Amino acid sequence: MQIYLPIADLPVNIFLLLAMGLAVGFISGMFGIGGGFLMTPLLIFIGINPGVAVASVASHIAASSCSGAISYWRRNAIDPALALMLLAGGVIGTGFGVWLFTLLRALDQLDLMIALAYLTLLSIVGALMVLESMRSIIRTRAGMPIALRRPGSHVWFHGLPFKFRFKRSMIYVSAIPVWVIGILIGFIGAIMGIGGGFLLVPMLIYLLRVPTATVIGTSMVLTMVTMASATVLHSVTNHLVDAVLALILIVGGVIGAQFGARAGHKLTGEWLRLLLGLLVLLVGLRFAFQLVVQPDDLYSLRIVEGMP
Amino acid sequence: MIVTRLAALALIGLLATAAGAAAAERLVISLSNHRVLVTSSFSGTEVVLFGSVENDQAAPLHRGGYDVVVTITGPRESERVRRKERVLGVWVNVEARTFIDVPSYLAVLSSKPAEAIANLDTLRLMQVGFDNILLPQRIGPDIADVVREDPFRVAFLRLKEEQRLYIARDNGVTFLTPVLFRADVPLPANARFGTYDVDVKLFADGAMIAQSDSALEIIKVGFEQFVATAARDYGLLYGLATAMLALVIGWFASLVFRLD
Repeated sequence: MQIYLPIADLPVNIFLLLAMGLAVGFISGMFGIGGGFLMTPLLIFIGINPGVAVASVASHIAASSCSGAISYWRRNAIDPALALMLLAGGVIGTGFGVWLFTLLRALDQLDLMIALAYLTLLSIVGALMVLESMRSIIRTRAGMPIALRRPGSHVWFHGLPFKFRFKRSMIYVSAIPVWVIGILIGFIGAIMGIGGGFLLVPMLIYLLRVPTATVIGTSMVLTMVTMASATVLHSVTNHLVDAVLALILIVGGVIGAQFGARAGHKLTGEWLRLLLGLLVLLVGLRFAFQLVVQPDDLYSLRIVEGMP
Repeated sequence: MIVTRLAALALIGLLATAAGAAAAERLVISLSNHRVLVTSSFSGTEVVLFGSVENDQAAPLHRGGYDVVVTITGPRESERVRRKERVLGVWVNVEARTFIDVPSYLAVLSSKPAEAIANLDTLRLMQVGFDNILLPQRIGPDIADVVREDPFRVAFLRLKEEQRLYIARDNGVTFLTPVLFRADVPLPANARFGTYDVDVKLFADGAMIAQSDSALEIIKVGFEQFVATAARDYGLLYGLATAMLALVIGWFASLVFRLD
């Protein structure tokens, strides 16, 4: 069944959109990521204007992370103190990211910068996650004890001042690295048009040693707030949020996220990280492919908005 | 004095009308639909144009038959064509040109290939066909159209044709009788909103002998119109509503699926 999208100005199959929402929602619920890095390229692939895709995906991510966050909240799998502190940094980072985004756009090389940023970030993060999780799976198989916490492995930033005890996550770290991570995620999210969950989760796990139990729920709270404000910002600045498109994606997304969250609980941390790492790596390779392989058409067309 | 001058003017006018009627045909056209309404189930449509060549005598004036060229021009917009090149192993946009105020939609339908209808100078003068339509580009400080073989111009036309927004059919106009013709105008789903100018030119023996124009409009109605207006005019409210909707659906879903 075809439905006409009022802002994207395009008819699309409603069931295709629902299925995409479901699939991405499932993945986002399972790994505690927004899924923007999957949904945005998918929408562009079916012919939706990139600006509309990025803007509308924000509300889709907000909805699926909201329903996910509530599920995790009920299981006490959210660290409110940690979430609040990350958010404070995230807001600053987002503001800075939007400023740089505008600057890059004026230079006509935004597409390339986004593709390179996706490629670099996704392949490095994906490869690291795959390697780490495979190592720990092998270690478990060999019967060695899993060293979830390595008390001796103090990194330099553990010596920083403003130490703060995050009770639910059972960690005692300086507030400075938490803020820095928040700023970084907000910044990257604004530049790449993603929630940043797939970066936040490994950062919290590997740098702050947040246990897998609270990491996903906490990351979801951050994603929910940043993406809800991104929806409002996109509506105010460039009027590109397509509410009809968003609604269809949201309905698919929230249902998918519920099943995803349940599936995620059945998997152990290592396998979850391995799967997410593989997924991230795959999307990164897809961007590499697009950059390196000669495009079918060397010319491309773009409507200039608000040109004299 | 005044009376004689008026009489003279009237006489001149009368003579001119008589001479015109004796030699020329009139073109009468009609569209099946002047307003294309876009609703949630819109997936492109087709508008039919009917035309008739009228004259005061019973038989067609031109025994050799008529040729018709129908040109439909959509709302104008500026578009940027970018060209990629390999730089350090990566494909990068290296060059771009902006086409200023070009038709977002262009259909050129004719009863015969254009070069068989009139000579090149006439076609160029009348801006008939893709090769002769003006596509001004911004080149440095100037805005001008370039040679037909310009790679950016060729790429622009090809990309627009791939999007089905530029359509050229040299059998797009069918003569039902020697003086009655029809043309099917395809309007794809991605056609922009606004006014579309319809221009019909009648040719005989290589020269244009009559012209007529009309217009059609593509407009959004109902819910689509409401959403589009809200997004444009009440950005903040619209954004807040969409964000709230997202969060409420998320919350609602977690209630519905609360099985544990």
